[in-house]
Amino acid sequence: MNEPIRPASPVELHRDLERIWGAHPGLGQLAAVNHSTLGRRFIVTAFLFFAVGGILAMLVRAQIATSHTAFVGPEIYNQIFTMHGTVMMFLFAIPMFEGFAIYLLPKLLGTRDLAFPRAGAYGYWCYLFGGSILLLALAVGAAPDAGWFMYTPLSSKPFSPGINADVWLIGITFVEISAIGAAVEVLVSILLVRAPGMSLDRMPIFAWYMLVVAVMILVGFPPLILGSILLEAERAFGWALFDPTRGGDSLLWQHLFWIFGHPEVYIIFLPAAGMVSTIIPVMAGRELLGYRWVVLSAISVGFLSFGLWVHHMYAVGIPHLALGFFSAASMLVAIPTGVQIFSWLGTLMSGRPRFNVPMLFLCGFFFIFVLGGLTGVMVAVVPFDLQVHDTYFVVAHFHYVLVGGFVFPIMAAAYYWMPHLTGRQPMFQLGYAVFWLVFIGFNLTFFLMHLTGLLGMPRRIWTYSESYGWDWLNLLSSIGGFVMTIGFALFVLDIVLQARFGPKTGRNPWGAGSLEWATPVPATNYGFASIPTVASRHQLAEDPDLPRKLAAGEGLLGFTRRNWLETIAIDMITGEPRQILLLPRRTFLPLWTALATGLFFVSLLLQVYPLAIAGLVITIAIFWTWTRHSARTADLGPLPVGDGTTLPVHTESGHAPSWWAVVFLLLADAAMFGSLLFGLIFLWVVAPGWPPPEILSDSTAFALIAMACLLAAAGLGRLALRAARKGAVGRALVWNRFLAAAHAATVLLLAAILTTAPDPTAHAYAGVNAAILVYVLIHAGVGLILALHVWQACRRGMVSAARSLDLMIGQLWHDYTAVAGVIGLGTILGVAAMIAQAGAGG
Amino acid sequence: MIACLTVPLLAGCTGPLSTLDPAGPNAAAVARLWWVMLAGAALIFALVMICLLLAYRRRKRARGSVGTWVVGLGLVFPTATLTLLLGYAVVTGERLLPHPGEEVLRLDGTARQWTWSFHYPDGGPAIPDGGPLVIPVGRPVDIHVTSEDVIHSFWIPRLGGKIDALPGHVNVIRLMASEPGRFGAQCAEFCGLGHTEMFFWVDAVPEDQFRQRTGARR
Repeated sequence: MNEPIRPASPVELHRDLERIWGAHPGLGQLAAVNHSTLGRRFIVTAFLFFAVGGILAMLVRAQIATSHTAFVGPEIYNQIFTMHGTVMMFLFAIPMFEGFAIYLLPKLLGTRDLAFPRAGAYGYWCYLFGGSILLLALAVGAAPDAGWFMYTPLSSKPFSPGINADVWLIGITFVEISAIGAAVEVLVSILLVRAPGMSLDRMPIFAWYMLVVAVMILVGFPPLILGSILLEAERAFGWALFDPTRGGDSLLWQHLFWIFGHPEVYIIFLPAAGMVSTIIPVMAGRELLGYRWVVLSAISVGFLSFGLWVHHMYAVGIPHLALGFFSAASMLVAIPTGVQIFSWLGTLMSGRPRFNVPMLFLCGFFFIFVLGGLTGVMVAVVPFDLQVHDTYFVVAHFHYVLVGGFVFPIMAAAYYWMPHLTGRQPMFQLGYAVFWLVFIGFNLTFFLMHLTGLLGMPRRIWTYSESYGWDWLNLLSSIGGFVMTIGFALFVLDIVLQARFGPKTGRNPWGAGSLEWATPVPATNYGFASIPTVASRHQLAEDPDLPRKLAAGEGLLGFTRRNWLETIAIDMITGEPRQILLLPRRTFLPLWTALATGLFFVSLLLQVYPLAIAGLVITIAIFWTWTRHSARTADLGPLPVGDGTTLPVHTESGHAPSWWAVVFLLLADAAMFGSLLFGLIFLWVVAPGWPPPEILSDSTAFALIAMACLLAAAGLGRLALRAARKGAVGRALVWNRFLAAAHAATVLLLAAILTTAPDPTAHAYAGVNAAILVYVLIHAGVGLILALHVWQACRRGMVSAARSLDLMIGQLWHDYTAVAGVIGLGTILGVAAMIAQAGAGG
Repeated sequence: MIACLTVPLLAGCTGPLSTLDPAGPNAAAVARLWWVMLAGAALIFALVMICLLLAYRRRKRARGSVGTWVVGLGLVFPTATLTLLLGYAVVTGERLLPHPGEEVLRLDGTARQWTWSFHYPDGGPAIPDGGPLVIPVGRPVDIHVTSEDVIHSFWIPRLGGKIDALPGHVNVIRLMASEPGRFGAQCAEFCGLGHTEMFFWVDAVPEDQFRQRTGARR
């Protein structure tokens, strides 16, 4: 029954695989979980948001084209520029590169799909729904209006009483789910789901870049998510966290925002750099100069980018010597960027570069991005930044970096991969006209803006006097903006024409050596009819006949079996094949889950809290059913993969991709928890209005018992897992029952502490204290749910010595919860004791 | 290229808020820093563009040497340049700090949506009758700023850099006018509906006039 069915011909294999991997037409498309479909959806949706952001930018340019333009007043103008930044950063740039990564990575890595197709689909819906909330708010004139970095206290309740700021906090957090989800999916897929033989040093350069980006998202986004949750708690429930009159500090928000916000810039740039590193060698007709150096630079940029967030905060009154450190770190990041730039230039100079539309856009990238990098070094210089900070000089700088470092490479990538996406060639040479319109328009708009800023024009003013001498500069900038817009409109036309009417392309039109061009184009749902074995970084260049062989089913898994969606997972370092990954089929579950999640977020936004709780419960309930796909009541054992060898399926082979996914989710979770603890220490040291009037007392016993329960839960989880691995499911059930009881006890104890703890609305100390308690409580609660899930799985016979994945994942969670709980509760007790002692001493 | 950049720049550098038309040592040091960095940036930019051009123009291919390109141009060259720049920047920054001195005039500035009030340390208001803020020429002024509501930023571009006014904190900036004149001051941190209008004038006047107009305080 588990024997493969070898189809009679490649055509039949194609038909069978397409039937298994595809989604039904019409409404059935909503059930699609395939990476090619999802990648295209992300790209198209992100482009639509780009159009919205672009129109908002045109409104900005219309408003300030001349002095005293009576177009809109400050109420509307504040919404326009806030939404322009928000849309471009969160709804265009991040989803756009996620779309490219989702579409390209499995094909570049020589595999059929990413590790978690349903999570990808769920992420897409979260992105679409969250983004729609923001657009809807814009349509009814209730869009966020406190600037895209939402500085408190301007964004807090007394100064932004409307729903506008809540829309930002809740909508963006909803969208962030997709970023975190995509990061986990990309990270696990790159590490585990590659073609056999693709060791780390044979990985395509784009995968290296995305690996770095995924880790950066997991560490960089949680501080913002935490900040948003805390600010929403302050706005909705009156908790004191950022309010300087109640022991909070507006600077805490700035730190949390920029610990996210600066890495964010590199999170956007690095995927584009990965595309540049992919396309340039193909066009130069030689391999990338200094592959290892480029990999090392990407990793160093990732690290360094977390050490320079303070360069957005030079003017907040931090001592000059400390600023010097961040200034040095900001300059340091220019060095690995320089390594990449000169590696690309060296590749071009030592090759025989072709000249075509993608290359033209890459030349535009060099021009614009290098200028942006140079002004970036300038604004890293403290005294200079204190002059140009929050002026149009900075606006010019970051548009040079983001448009040069992201939009131009993305347009190069669009032209480069269009034949893959559509199977068609461009019809006319419109791409050249697109380039010159966008390039000239961009430079006219933003080059002049450097001077506008130096002449003293601050950001975010809705009008100005003609006596300042900014009129001619702004008028030319506005004209340039409209030229650029015409260029983008022509781009849309060009892409639509190519997709609709372009002549059919042959395989591998650019003569590339990477594996995505070994798939049929336009992309099929299954990607590869059989999986290649890789012996080189440029497998396709070494074996030009590879596409035919793979289509004929001569690689691995070139067959169908029980209508399963199969691909291979490997050892992350060596690339040895390790597991058969059984992927989920088309399903509406991600859509339902996202709708339930949407119910939760919309209810929070409208402050209908009972409904929010209902949404949360439904979401958890639907997630519960997700696990049915991989649940089995009998072991499958090792299965043949088509070359005479056998591999175990992932649910029976120890460290499955889902186990790694939880490891990386916990990394993000730890980043969030670390930010929360940082918040407590930061407020204690820096904020005005400390020490608090009331501190935690009489809770030491409860907290110590809760810590003991958490440690016991971790130990009990270990015992349950050990029993299950020996096949003693009955014994595992017993341990699991105690485990559930330990978590339940923790939840009750923490709830009891919360009821007697100091009022979180009175002082930021109490606010952060309560946040830490809630954090630990939620983790114990999830631990309880996981224990219940294991209980159900055991009862239904889904657990065996081989099939103990659920318990392994639970174990990760219980261990993390124990560590975080002990640290969190220990910190609370320690800080309370120290404040009390200082008070007694003083 | 450099000429194309600088001619229009020099022609249009003036204006009540222009950082390129400095009227005090702080702003002058920063303007000098800017012109130095502009020249360096123009050279580096030209180098990159020439490389790109040569890639397409030269018949003979360059040797694809990791040592030359990646290590030499990518690693050593920026490290050297940036070290020099960092040194220059830190020294400049240190000089602009409010070091203790005898002749320093102290002002306390409080921001609220969307106006400023200034006081001398003895409590007397520094802007009588909503007129411009008056400071003496040639004497350093330390402005201690804070906010009563949201974040604002104190900025007189022709005199020097900006400093944020944060609720619950007091920040200090040292400025000095080296010539008499009337300079614009603009709130530089977005602070809500009236952010644009949060503007005032600063009059730098000789010492005797300063004493006259401020009632000889300090």
